[in-house]
Formats: sequence, structure tokens, C-alpha cells
Amino acid sequence: MHFTKDHEWVELDGDIATVGITAYAAEQLGDVVYVELPAVGKALKPGDGMAVVESVKAASDVYAPLAGEVMAVNEALGANPETVNQAPEGEGWFAKVKLADKAAVDGLMDRTAYEQFLSTL
Amino acid sequence: MTDQSLKTTPLTELHRSLGARMVPFGGYDMPVQYKDGVLGEHRWVREHAGLFDVSHMGPAMLSLAQPSGDASADHAAISALIEPLISGDIASLKPGQIRYTVLLNEEGGMLDDLMVGRYPSGAPGGSLYIVVNAGTKDDDYALIAKAVGDKAKLMRMDGAALIAVQGPEASAVVADLLPGSSDLGFMQFAGGEWEGHWVMFARSGYTGEDGYEILVPPKGATAFVERLLCDPRVKPIGLGARDSLRLEAGLPLYGHDADPTVSPIEAALNFAVPKKRRERGDLRGSVRINAEFGGELRRVRVGLRVLEGAPAREGAEIADANGKIVGNVTSGGFSPSLSQSIAMGFVPPALSAIGTRLNVLVRGKSQPAEVVAMPFVPHRYVRKP
Repeated sequence: MHFTKDHEWVELDGDIATVGITAYAAEQLGDVVYVELPAVGKALKPGDGMAVVESVKAASDVYAPLAGEVMAVNEALGANPETVNQAPEGEGWFAKVKLADKAAVDGLMDRTAYEQFLSTL
Repeated sequence: MTDQSLKTTPLTELHRSLGARMVPFGGYDMPVQYKDGVLGEHRWVREHAGLFDVSHMGPAMLSLAQPSGDASADHAAISALIEPLISGDIASLKPGQIRYTVLLNEEGGMLDDLMVGRYPSGAPGGSLYIVVNAGTKDDDYALIAKAVGDKAKLMRMDGAALIAVQGPEASAVVADLLPGSSDLGFMQFAGGEWEGHWVMFARSGYTGEDGYEILVPPKGATAFVERLLCDPRVKPIGLGARDSLRLEAGLPLYGHDADPTVSPIEAALNFAVPKKRRERGDLRGSVRINAEFGGELRRVRVGLRVLEGAPAREGAEIADANGKIVGNVTSGGFSPSLSQSIAMGFVPPALSAIGTRLNVLVRGKSQPAEVVAMPFVPHRYVRKP
């Protein structure tokens, strides 16, 4: 699994990346009550708004970590947004993205580097 | 990390030790949530009893400089000093009674909303208990002090701890510490002693639940709160749940659902502008307020249920069925009790009837919404004659 400074995770399977938010991000957001997911087929550039995750208090943007095309989204979050809190780095995934360049994941942090980054916050 | 420019309350250290996440609010370092999170805290208050630190607010005592000693005459005199600034009828308050009212500017706009109480029998006559909002308190105090001149003294009490205990179990919890508290009805207050500290307790709140707001001297504050938290029915609740609770209760938040451009009639607070004051014509902005009351109203605060899509938050536009923008959401979010998004906002009176279909625009998407009655969740106040 790879990580960004914006607290997203990326898991690569072939050239399809599953993307979600980290346990740290989910904890910071608090109880998730609504997730707005991107349209399937949407082309993403790194830093594009990919999703919006809403807690009771506030709405927060989730940015695309890498360039690619949205192949699928986690429809189950519509009825059960709390899955983001319960299993942020598993069943609480947001989207599957076909990467334009799968080598780009090498530019992201591994878990050790991400945990080191968290310790600086 | 602590921002040194932020003010603290007598309970700030306790919040940190309880694992609160602290945020700046109204110039104070305040707990937004504890370990349970906003949803859990919100539900706890609806089912049990929640404890809130609201010491950032502005309690004060306004007293006649030279009381005559005749309680009725002194109350009439202090009422005559405060009434020109506010919308309410203070003169008719019974001893120990509190009223929600509105501080007005010359245009009939809201400078704040506040509580004004007449001290119970036994206290010196000609004194009022006043509680204003955190963000506006310095301006409010200055306005009141200037208006009363040397005829009355305003004593700030915002160095004390103001603690709210709210929820269906609040009354039983508070009665264990303050035996006289359960004799009070909604919007009544009294004083009493707890472990050598003089405290004032009002049966009032900002959640729609039964409960109390208790003023405790700084020295006794931590011990008082720790004692309450020993009760398994009580959990500490942050400002996050305070906001979602008051939203469900349909209660406006000053600075969001009301501001100096908004009159109490536009804010749908007609109950706070009694007939006696309207007819007397001595309200600030009386011409406007009476015209609005008579139907010349440009906009009015309504409750909205968002039927589909994301929560509509402050600033979201409201459109009519044809897509024309007709107003804005002033506060909104997810209602934990209803598991649905709710909001308050201003719309033209023609679109304010219960059941009117409107749309809210969230991130460019139009989502259906419906005007519904407030409160969204029924109040459970305990009234006594």
C-alpha cells in the first residue's frame, strides 16, 4: 500500500489502483455521514477533487493521488458511509482508478515513510 | 499546541485531560468533541445527560445603582432601562423567570439574542441576570452599560464557569447535587449552595432537551464538573454535538442564522416580540418590525429537509422549482436523530409554507428539499406553572 501527504492510500493491482483515505484521516474527520464519489469514466489529474467526504460538522475534499480514469466507485458507501470509519483502509475504499502511468506510485510514500510523516504532524 | 491568543475557561485543562479535541471558538480554546465523536455524543444527549462547557458565553448581572428597596418598583425601574435595547417584555417577568429576547439595532436588526432573567425573591430587587453570546459579548456589554449610564451597574460574570447539563436524565442528575433544581420549570432559575460555592441554576438550554445551565464560581468549577462526570448517566459533550443538537431543535445560531441585517420577524422569532412592545411602538426599528409583522416581509427563516444528496451547509443556495435562486442556507448538516440532512435558511414568505418543494445547490448540484416545521426534533422542555 502507498500513501500521500493528503492521507490517501493507493493499492495497486496490475494497472488498477484502489484509492481510499487512511485510518488517520478517517479518525480526524470523525463520523462520516455522506460520501460523494466521482462519476465512473471521469479522468483525473493528480490533485483534482476526486470525492467529498462529509462528517456531521464539515465537508472535506479528497484529492486524486495520481492521474488515471475512474473505473469503479464504492457504491456501498451510499447506504453505509460509516464504513469509512470502520474500515478506512479496506472496505471503506472510494474508487478504482486505471492509472495513466503505474510507475507513478513509486513517487508515493510506503507505510514506514507515511507513519514517519504522521509523527511530524 | 495551544494558541496563546485564545482565552481559556475554568475547565480548559479538564477538557484536555478528558481527551477533547480543542478548537478556537468565539475567541476561546474550546472542546469540539471528546473520544466518542459528534454522533455518539449527540445521541447520548438525546438518551441520557450531556455536560457542556459554555463558559465562553457572557453571563452578567445588571443592577440598579440605587434600589429603593421596593421589589416591584425596582424591577419596573431596571426593566425600563433594558427594554429600550431589546424586543422583550421584561417588566412582566415574575421573580425567578427567564425570557429569551433579542438585542436590536436602530434598524430593527439583531445585534444578538440573549436571555434575561429576573432574580428570584430574596435576591436584591432591581437586578437582572443576562446571558449573551460569546462572539458578541464585549459589544453587548458596552452597549448596555452605555445605555443605562449611571442608573445601573453591569457586572460581568464571564470569568465563572457556565455548565449546561442536557438530556432526559439531566433533571435526576442535577437534583443529586442541587436539591432545589427539580422544582423549577423551563425558563426559571434559582440560586443555591454546592459544597460551599454559591451557584445559579436555570432550567434552560440549547438542545431542545430538558436540562440546566449552571453558573459556578471558577474555584468550584472543576470539582463540580468532576462530580457530575462521576455519574454514569453523564458524558462530556463538545461544541460539535451542541451545534447538531440545536439545529435539530430549530434554534438559531447568532452570526449564522441571524445578524445585524436580520430582524426577529425575518428570523421567525415572533414570539420574542410581544404584542405589548409592538403596540407601544418603542422598539428599535419599530416601523420596520411592525410592517414586517403586518406582512411586508422580504424573507423569513424556514426549516428544510434535504430529500436527496449531500448535506446542505451554510452558504448553499436555495432555488425554487424553476431553478431561480431565492435564498441561502444559514446552517445545515446531518441530523443524527433523523438520519437525514436538515437545514435552516431564508426564503421569500411565498415559498415558506410547510410542504413547499425547493432545491438546494450543493457543489453545483441541485438537490430536492422541502420546507418543514421546526423544531425538526420535538422539544422536551419541562414546564411548570
